Amino acid sequence: MSIWTYANPVKFLALSTRVQPWLWAAASIAIGVGLVWGFFGTPDDFRQGSTVKIIYLHVPSALMAINAWFMMLVTSLIWLIRRHHVSALAAKAAAPVGVVMTLIALVTGAIWGQPMWGTWWAWDPRLTSFLILFLFYLGYIALWEAIEDPDTAADLTSILCLVGSVFAVLSRYAVQFWNQGLHQGTSVPVATGGRTVADVFWYPLLLSMIGFALLFVALVFYRTGTEIRIRRAAALRARAGRGL
Amino acid sequence: MTALLIRDLRLAMRAGGGFGLALAFFLIVVVLIPFSVGPEASLLSVIAPGVLWLGALLSCLLSLDRLLAIDFEDGTLDVLATAPLPLEAALSIKALAHWLTTGLPLVLAAPVLGVLLNLPGQGYLWLVASLALGTPALSVIGTFGAALTVGIKRGGLLLSLLVLPLYIPTLIFGAEVARRGAQGTDATTPLLMLAGITLATIALLPFASASVLRRGLR
Repeated sequence: MSIWTYANPVKFLALSTRVQPWLWAAASIAIGVGLVWGFFGTPDDFRQGSTVKIIYLHVPSALMAINAWFMMLVTSLIWLIRRHHVSALAAKAAAPVGVVMTLIALVTGAIWGQPMWGTWWAWDPRLTSFLILFLFYLGYIALWEAIEDPDTAADLTSILCLVGSVFAVLSRYAVQFWNQGLHQGTSVPVATGGRTVADVFWYPLLLSMIGFALLFVALVFYRTGTEIRIRRAAALRARAGRGL
Repeated sequence: MTALLIRDLRLAMRAGGGFGLALAFFLIVVVLIPFSVGPEASLLSVIAPGVLWLGALLSCLLSLDRLLAIDFEDGTLDVLATAPLPLEAALSIKALAHWLTTGLPLVLAAPVLGVLLNLPGQGYLWLVASLALGTPALSVIGTFGAALTVGIKRGGLLLSLLVLPLYIPTLIFGAEVARRGAQGTDATTPLLMLAGITLATIALLPFASASVLRRGLR
């Protein structure tokens, strides 16, 4: 049995309803434990104080913001190559989740940056790239909303996703170049995603990253199921001869 | 191909205001800047390269929605899509016509507007060079955006939302060249990057635009 079995909407819905309770449960446990452990079970950082604890929201959401776009890229490619509707609908379903993750990452970053850097916002390459990613998400969602014919919408948004990915990566490096050109790297030690974190902080962080990933998968399953049912309802109405 | 180019150029010249509109918009944006930030010459000369680049970019954006929309309405696009000429080539020609009627006048007008903004003397050459290299990319990217939104009613705002993020790399490198040129520092690296972006978009994006347009017209 290959993964293409689930290109059939019925099979996909069956799988989705079967695994969703487990996904939701696992996601809530991982996020719950990770956050509670992170907020109450870890010591304050000796330089950053208790503000360091926002990392348990900031890093996982940033991670998922990028991976959501990556997932949209993969599903868009599958739609363009193999024309499986579930794939296109999954890309559509992932976009709003991705934009919320990007927003969470930006807002938590700003909340952390205010006491730490003394500013809500700095035109640092990382921050700027995330803002640009946010704009790409907005354009993608707006294009989905604007086109009435579902297949054309899937086609055009898929191609926009491919082209947008290239330009998003390009912007990422252009922005790095631009800020170095403006002044030397600002005091931005954001690079805590790797193992520059001490173990006490790392394990709850890892747990909440897993939790956010599970939450993302559960949300995409849920939203894709909704999109499939909307599509099915429209088809039924059309068959009943009442149009839309 | 030449016939299509000449047709597009003629239409742009004659179709009442399309040709000069972008230039006038560029002029107005540049004139509004001192009103919004104050008339100090030193401040203006610092921000001049960026303002001129941003103004040129917005003027380019302004004329994008008529790039394909008029041809879509009167059915010319359907003819083009079924013509023996590949749609990729037709769209490249359309982008070229857009650049000749919008980008090139902006490049030529930029030094004049640079005087208004007190651009330092050594910056003019770099400003013109960066705009001449960068505006073709703006036209080609804009054609892609226009192809995406061609069938959508009231797609103008959506077009801006889609195209402006794609303009970011071009703007960064282009404005960087102009800024470094104005400061008198070495601007070779961003100039080469800008040229790279322009060449890559010219080479690759028409395929994306044509593929989008074929699906949109279907």
